[in-house]
Amino acid sequence: MRKVYSKIESISGNVITVSAEGIRYGELAEVSSRHGKSLAEVIRLRNNQVSLQVYAGSRGISTGDEVRFLGHPMRVSFSDNLLGRVFDGSGRPRDKGASLMENLIEIGGPSVNPARRIIPRKMVRTGIPMIDFFNSLVESQKLPIFSISGEPYNELLARIAMQAEVDIIILGGMGLKYDDYLFFRDTLEEGGAMSRAIFFVHTASDPIVECLLVPDVSLAVAERFALKGKRVLVLLTDMTNFSDALKEIAITMEQVPSNRGYPGDLYTQLASRYEKAVDFEGAGSITILGVTTMPGDDVTHPIPDNTGYITEGQYYLRNGRIEPFGSLSRLKQMVNKDTRPDHRALMDGMIKLYAAYKEAVEKKSMGFRMSDWDCKLLKYGDLFEREMMDLSVNKPLEQALDDGWKILAECFTKEETNMRSDLIRRYWPAREAAE
Amino acid sequence: MADAKGKVIGVNGNMVTVSFEGNVSMNEVAYVVTGDKRLKSEVIRIRGSNAELQVFEMTRGIGVADQVEFTGELLAVRLGPGLLRQIYDGLQNPLPELAEKCGFFLERGVYIHPLSRTRRWDFTPTAKAGDTVEAADQLGTVPEGIFKHRIMVPFNFTDSYRVKSVAPPGAYTIEETVAELEDSRGRVIPVTMSFEWPVKRPITAYARRLKPEKPMVTKVRIIDTFIPVALGGTYCIPGPFGAGKTVLQQVTSRNAEVDIVIIAACGERAGEVVDTLKEFPELIDPRTGKSLMERTVIICNTSSMPVAAREASVYTAVTIAEYYRQMGLNVLLLADSTSRWAQAMREMSGRLEEIPGEEAFPAYLESVIASFYERAGMVQLKDGGFGSVTIGGTVSPAGGNFEEPVTQATLKVVGAFHGLSRERSDARKYPAIHPLDSWSKYRGSANRMMTEYGRDILFRGNDVAQMMKVVGEEGTSTEDYILYMKSELLDSAYLQQDSFDPVDSSVSIERQRHVYRTIFDILSSKLDLPTKEEARQYFNSLRQNLLDANTAEWNSDEFRRLESEIRSQLQAKKIGVEQDAAEIVKHLTEQERPSHAQSV
Repeated sequence: MRKVYSKIESISGNVITVSAEGIRYGELAEVSSRHGKSLAEVIRLRNNQVSLQVYAGSRGISTGDEVRFLGHPMRVSFSDNLLGRVFDGSGRPRDKGASLMENLIEIGGPSVNPARRIIPRKMVRTGIPMIDFFNSLVESQKLPIFSISGEPYNELLARIAMQAEVDIIILGGMGLKYDDYLFFRDTLEEGGAMSRAIFFVHTASDPIVECLLVPDVSLAVAERFALKGKRVLVLLTDMTNFSDALKEIAITMEQVPSNRGYPGDLYTQLASRYEKAVDFEGAGSITILGVTTMPGDDVTHPIPDNTGYITEGQYYLRNGRIEPFGSLSRLKQMVNKDTRPDHRALMDGMIKLYAAYKEAVEKKSMGFRMSDWDCKLLKYGDLFEREMMDLSVNKPLEQALDDGWKILAECFTKEETNMRSDLIRRYWPAREAAE
Repeated sequence: MADAKGKVIGVNGNMVTVSFEGNVSMNEVAYVVTGDKRLKSEVIRIRGSNAELQVFEMTRGIGVADQVEFTGELLAVRLGPGLLRQIYDGLQNPLPELAEKCGFFLERGVYIHPLSRTRRWDFTPTAKAGDTVEAADQLGTVPEGIFKHRIMVPFNFTDSYRVKSVAPPGAYTIEETVAELEDSRGRVIPVTMSFEWPVKRPITAYARRLKPEKPMVTKVRIIDTFIPVALGGTYCIPGPFGAGKTVLQQVTSRNAEVDIVIIAACGERAGEVVDTLKEFPELIDPRTGKSLMERTVIICNTSSMPVAAREASVYTAVTIAEYYRQMGLNVLLLADSTSRWAQAMREMSGRLEEIPGEEAFPAYLESVIASFYERAGMVQLKDGGFGSVTIGGTVSPAGGNFEEPVTQATLKVVGAFHGLSRERSDARKYPAIHPLDSWSKYRGSANRMMTEYGRDILFRGNDVAQMMKVVGEEGTSTEDYILYMKSELLDSAYLQQDSFDPVDSSVSIERQRHVYRTIFDILSSKLDLPTKEEARQYFNSLRQNLLDANTAEWNSDEFRRLESEIRSQLQAKKIGVEQDAAEIVKHLTEQERPSHAQSV
């Protein structure tokens, strides 16, 4: 039995300090107060002064409360029993199920050796045309959804969770509204996807420190499943809350802030999570899809800015649609060459026409006269938004490609589309071709 | 000195405070012993009997009273044959060997000898007994891939030495003695093929430093023609995310006309390094006919690897670059990205509780960046030969705003600035280097007056474009409109380049000169285009032909055909030459003269 300390010397923010010996950096302790027990993690050692970050927050902790060191860092249970379960940030069950204690694994493990990484090559199909068709998601990719508060990013994530062709879905919720948590749970339960899902959810009312644990716990579990050959999709929402939690802790710890109050290591902190995305040669993979709500819709804000430097592209979710401009999957060219011969050409062609449509709309709004070509574009833009961009549209890639040709045929002549003639011969819808 | 011992008394992130006995020197390497692991670290501050160390590994599990061993040595890299083709982490651990030993993950506390100790190299002696030698003098050579690797007197030998014996030609490992040197006090010192050199000390064993004057060809048109880089020079590429910094670096690492390329992937995405790791062995270097890997060293400390080693990685890279420079080679060091390195400094500075400067970067940021870039240079070696280190660093400014401290500190010391713009990358104009904001202090291979003329057209064309946004096309005069079309033509047919097209991705200097002459000819012509509609059609078809010519093999029939078509198109509408352009042409040498300038 390890020694129990019962003299807390200082309490500041969520950080308490005790005098103790033989303590290791990163070790866990259990703090028992009148309000219950909480885990705490050693975040600074100075002689025998040990500073701990209390996961449940320091509210109500008294200087006389007991601190018992556990002799190991933060761990989480890993087994197939996790599937279908809901936990909080420190791994306690949030559903009514039993707490799991077997096969504990450490979180925040070492990073993957770059020499052992492989070039990504497998597409993750989601059934959402704006993703599969225009910005394919690739296994082992890390992609954020840049959005603003009020946009249906959680609905989008839930749909991707339901439809994505992966073995296991891990949802890491940070600062989630309780309604959103229930929404995720109900959607996955109704869709029958709960049996392959694991939730680690920190809600907005939970102690802020637990928010910091969510990505690490989720990714540690994901990593184990991936090593066992599973294709894992990790959904992290919302990374802005995670970054704000980092900021809060850093300020409490009296760290010098760098940019708008965020700690100088924000980039490193985010990168060490996102870089867990990996494709293990001969085993499974981890794909990370995160949500970053941009404060004030400002992409130069430190959170989206640092995220953009780390991730392999981004989806912009605006007005309930994934924007074709700005959204980018850097890895799409690794996979969209192998789907169908017309995929790339049709993708480029349709986006170019949509850009022309946007110009036509601008022209129209400024009161210029619309030419025939402009009218065709306006028709095309409407169809494109309805058939492709609308988030409720749900179709496999091949059908989306066929529909793309249909839209083109409905609005333009063959020459106007600027598509390669061999593709037109092969894919132009038959009815139109007969004309 | 190596007898100093210490005990951990505090841990804060990756900084460990140690109380020690004996003598400890600044920046020396120490090992924190925790459990069965020895974690490499560096002394970064000494106060009384306490030293602060930055640990190059995760610090989890370190406890108060853990032992610390001081080595008395500064952080150093091992130099010798076998560096080429290697993939190292920031502390010169070979990553593929590490993977063999530890599997998928980077286990901490595992250090592997950077060079093979068993591989034998064919040594040919060049010095003979009785010669007098100093640091960096050649003792012999071994073949390393396509290069003749010089075996030199170690750079830390400060005396003058008499060669007592040199090993006969034969195959030796890097640990076998190849020569014995006798110093002025008569001590005999055995010399092997490899030695260590502290990373933060520049190697200065050369005769003199020269001004960088010879252009370094990158085969990127906008760089070589408008904002050139010199061998031994420095340049920086700042840009917001997604503007194509890394792609530009990758293209340069493939095509640059240098002997050796050292890639320091510092704190960026691991996936990008993987591209290089997997592609380079299969790509053929057109100059040597061998795999590109033969001339490459990769130092890789990606964003999720320990932060402190990030700082070490750029120094490791530059030290290896200087080592090969001593062999009379031209070395290019590409650092991606220096901002991550600066951030690593900021993190450490915060832990040391130093008074922060702007955006919490330490006050010494500027001087550290300056002294790093100053390690570039063209030098004349003691044997009269020349060698150079060219440094190109990317900068990732927060929010894409160039006013931030790292960009500003870098701009002060570099010779060329290739600023990437979000505007251009959004418009899919690659490379997204901004032609008006960027600058270079080096002399390129193109005629300055001609390129300035092109820049002027861009500048004025840009003004017209701005105006057109307000008054519309209708309110613009045809003359201005033609100017605008000319600037657009220069932009899309010359400044932009398709890095994925096999021909267009690398353009030789000869071809650049030739094509720019044609473009200059178009830009400087007065054209008979009475309406805007005619101008638009005319330039569109010119542009199409120029773009097609860009993807045609140099001097192929297709290229010649397109070119003669472009010329006849020009002649059809040309009614004279702009006055200022005629002045420039007058001053040109015969060889620089635009091909058809005299014909009108």
